[in-house]
Amino acid sequence: MLRIASLLVALFAFWVLMSGMFSPFLLGLGVASVVAVTWLARHMEIADREGHPAHLRLVAVVSYWLWLFKEIWLSGLKVARIILDPRLPVSPTLVRFAPSQKTAVGIATHANSITLTPGTITVQANHQEFLVHALTRDGAAGVVESEMNRRVREFEGSDLEEND
Amino acid sequence: MLLDIASWALILLGGAFCITGAIGLLRMPDFFTRMHAASIIDTLGAAFILMGLILQAGFSLVTVKLIAIGILLFLTSPVATHALARAALARGVQPMLAKGDVSSNS
Repeated sequence: MLRIASLLVALFAFWVLMSGMFSPFLLGLGVASVVAVTWLARHMEIADREGHPAHLRLVAVVSYWLWLFKEIWLSGLKVARIILDPRLPVSPTLVRFAPSQKTAVGIATHANSITLTPGTITVQANHQEFLVHALTRDGAAGVVESEMNRRVREFEGSDLEEND
Repeated sequence: MLLDIASWALILLGGAFCITGAIGLLRMPDFFTRMHAASIIDTLGAAFILMGLILQAGFSLVTVKLIAIGILLFLTSPVATHALARAALARGVQPMLAKGDVSSNS
């Protein structure tokens, strides 16, 4: 129930910020749309832990994103240097490893973070195994047992609290 | 004035990353390595251009919308990249791999 309330608030905040108009008629349309979308999401059973992960602490998510931006900047510079190097020093590598996340949100965050970081792409991802394509051998070595793996494991929380 | 300079510096930096990504797209040897070059464009290129535009917009609803665009890009682009790489591998595009490697076998 708390999850539904949080979805309603988040959707309405999104409506207000996107429209920027505060006439009663438009706010009324906003409320109607938000209620309709929430009803639909509930009906489709996508307003769950996975679809609307409201249980994640905001501080943990924001600090993870800041750390991720730093990582994207650093590996982006590395890839840019490789592209502009006349010798084009690439050593493409495929690597398989087991991620240590337990929840669907954790697995998705880890896989997407790897893809978002320039120089590494998650080709296959499931709970048991990730297959990652890396631009260099070093990059491939860097995704196994990485700091990213540890950080996502920390903020995803436990999979045992499935009931709302 | 100072804000304009900072904003243009960020936009130009973003543009430089986009051009670098495009050069990489042309120079890289195979499909998967080209995708790595393209990922510079939708992360660093997009991020710096958006930051520059946010400085132009100042404290307004436009800034909120620019941030929303940024979040949307950062959530959707890895999904598209992943789907593309996975589809290519599933359809039998063989990645060019470096020789003499211990950790990789696929």
